[in-house]
Amino acid sequence: MQNAVPTSNLVEVEKVVFSYERRQVLKNINLVVPKGKVVAIMGLSGCGKTTLLRLIGGALMPDEGEVRVAGQVVNRLGSDELFALRRKMGMLFQFGALFTDISSFDNVAFPLREHTSLPESIIRDLVLMKLNAVGLRGAADLMPAELSGGMARRVALARTVALDPMLVLYDEPFTGLDPVSLGVVGQLIRELNDSLGATSIVVTHDVAEALDLVDYVYYMSQGKVEFHGTPDQVRAAAHPSLRQFVYGEPDGPVPYHYPAPEYRQDLLAQ
Amino acid sequence: MMTKRELDLWVGIFALIGIGAMLFLSFKVANLASFSNGDSYQVKAKFDNIGGLKVRAAVKSAGVVVGRVADIRFDNDSFEAVVTMNIDSRFQFPKDSSAKILTSGLLGDQYVGLAAGGDTVNLKGGDTVKITQSAVVLENLISSFLYNKAAEGDAKK
Amino acid sequence: MMRRISEMLRALGARVIDNWVWRLGFATRFLWLTLRASGTSFRRFHLVIREIYFTGVMSLVIILVSGLFVGMVLGLQGYDTLVRYGSAEALGVLVSLSLVRELGPVVAGLLFASRAGSAITAEIGLMKATEQLSAMEMMAVDPIARVVAPRFWAGVISMPLLAALFSAMGVFGGYLVGVRLIGVDEGSFWSQMQAAVDFHEDILNGVIKSFVFGVAVTWIAVFEGYDAPPTAEGVSLATTRTVVTSSLAILALDFVLTALMFRGS
Repeated sequence: MQNAVPTSNLVEVEKVVFSYERRQVLKNINLVVPKGKVVAIMGLSGCGKTTLLRLIGGALMPDEGEVRVAGQVVNRLGSDELFALRRKMGMLFQFGALFTDISSFDNVAFPLREHTSLPESIIRDLVLMKLNAVGLRGAADLMPAELSGGMARRVALARTVALDPMLVLYDEPFTGLDPVSLGVVGQLIRELNDSLGATSIVVTHDVAEALDLVDYVYYMSQGKVEFHGTPDQVRAAAHPSLRQFVYGEPDGPVPYHYPAPEYRQDLLAQ
Repeated sequence: MMTKRELDLWVGIFALIGIGAMLFLSFKVANLASFSNGDSYQVKAKFDNIGGLKVRAAVKSAGVVVGRVADIRFDNDSFEAVVTMNIDSRFQFPKDSSAKILTSGLLGDQYVGLAAGGDTVNLKGGDTVKITQSAVVLENLISSFLYNKAAEGDAKK
Repeated sequence: MMRRISEMLRALGARVIDNWVWRLGFATRFLWLTLRASGTSFRRFHLVIREIYFTGVMSLVIILVSGLFVGMVLGLQGYDTLVRYGSAEALGVLVSLSLVRELGPVVAGLLFASRAGSAITAEIGLMKATEQLSAMEMMAVDPIARVVAPRFWAGVISMPLLAALFSAMGVFGGYLVGVRLIGVDEGSFWSQMQAAVDFHEDILNGVIKSFVFGVAVTWIAVFEGYDAPPTAEGVSLATTRTVVTSSLAILALDFVLTALMFRGS
């Protein structure tokens, strides 16, 4: 049994190295997430931020280094302990990952029914409360196929927080949303975090939304944390690849052109 | 999306007709009912040659199935085949009944035919049928036919 | 030249090991995981019942109709051959033995593989592709216990029932054609059948076969779904693989079982 070391950081990632099928995705990651804060992990596609999220959630094991959640080393937990830890975590997947064969209500009720032995009447109240918090109490009987993208995302969010987790992980929550839904989801992330007294980690490359929302930012590039700071520090940073990312410049440290032979020669070659 | 009750109903119907099909196959198509595990007693019989008799072959008397062959062994001392039969307890046979190995139809399966004797005492479990007649083996039949033919030919000369 | 050949052999060996041997090992471990996670399936049997509906009940139409047609064809073809030897009354024997021993379990198994097996693979594969399985895992619910095992047991339970229904419908079809249509004597049809078909030898062996096929088909179906690459293409490939592999497995197992059971007793 791991001894939980008292700390004000809920999540600590130390010297983590991870490779996926011979490609080294994470080279030496170090980051901390203080309790009660909303932290963004940003970077270009393929920089390893989703992988990092999975490592924190215990779905993947690092090759080297440690991932600690609430003082426990996640990659060394036994299956019962991991099980117990996951009950206190929630993860929102990229497009919601609702169970398509049951209604929205049953989706939100799922973790309650699986992990508690509460009577149906209480479960009903809890589900309706969670759906109300995301503004979709009226959509409880709709099937996931009948929901729009934004609505599905919100129902999935209600499901994620059904057991009042202490750590909420968001995998690209803003992808593919219209401006109104974007604003709603962003607001919900902050509200839920504060009202639950939880800690949130948001993996995204939606710069504008993230900078308005979070307390702290980690910017990843090529398997390492290249920069971290508050949103204001990020906006003012002189770091070239960060600037390119934040201001969406087409060309910079990440080149516009994919490596190719010289243009004239390529055209003239038969 | 079906309610739980509708699901249960359909699955129940499915299970019922599936089991019904199995019962149909067992009783109407196969012969389960005609010789179910009623009470039976065991009787032995020794034969010089059992021919093609197999375990679970029928034991018939007057053409009606009265039992089944349970076991076929070889007695190394008397060099005979020992056939053990389960006879339905409903039927009793006199102690001097005879057992023959017969063929159903011309080239069909072989079975044991029990012909009742005249004794007042009946066979009981563990007894042995004393009078037996072995199976007719085709080769012996042909060779005896040829032998008879040859003997006839000689006699005429 | 020699190097080309050895290169090809090496590549072939690598293909065989990577695709077949490794996958077979993984599939076996997966079966073990499924069996170990089956406690939930029995404690919450309504999960299994739900899956029996989708694998068994939904396959009823194709099984019953196919069984009827196969039986009817057996009646026609069987009569045509038997009447040449003056043995038309043995039609019942021919139809029933063909169905109960072989056609029932095998054809029902093949139909089951293509209808229910492919559906199971597609469902599980799609759940994997849309991250529903990962979501379940993150919610500390074992997807193998909740999604895979109930479908496995549903297939194993449904298959023998479907094979029996197929055989029963086939016998009925043979009866319709032989007795009603052609005019074979009804009494001989049934009585010779009852004399020839043995419960232990034929019916029970047929049930054992269908049970073995059920395990094989459902195992392949759930494994291919769980192992499918999480893309549209991956799921569709996995679905076809299920049908092909299950069909081959049924035919191969049928040979092995027939050789063991009907060794010319």
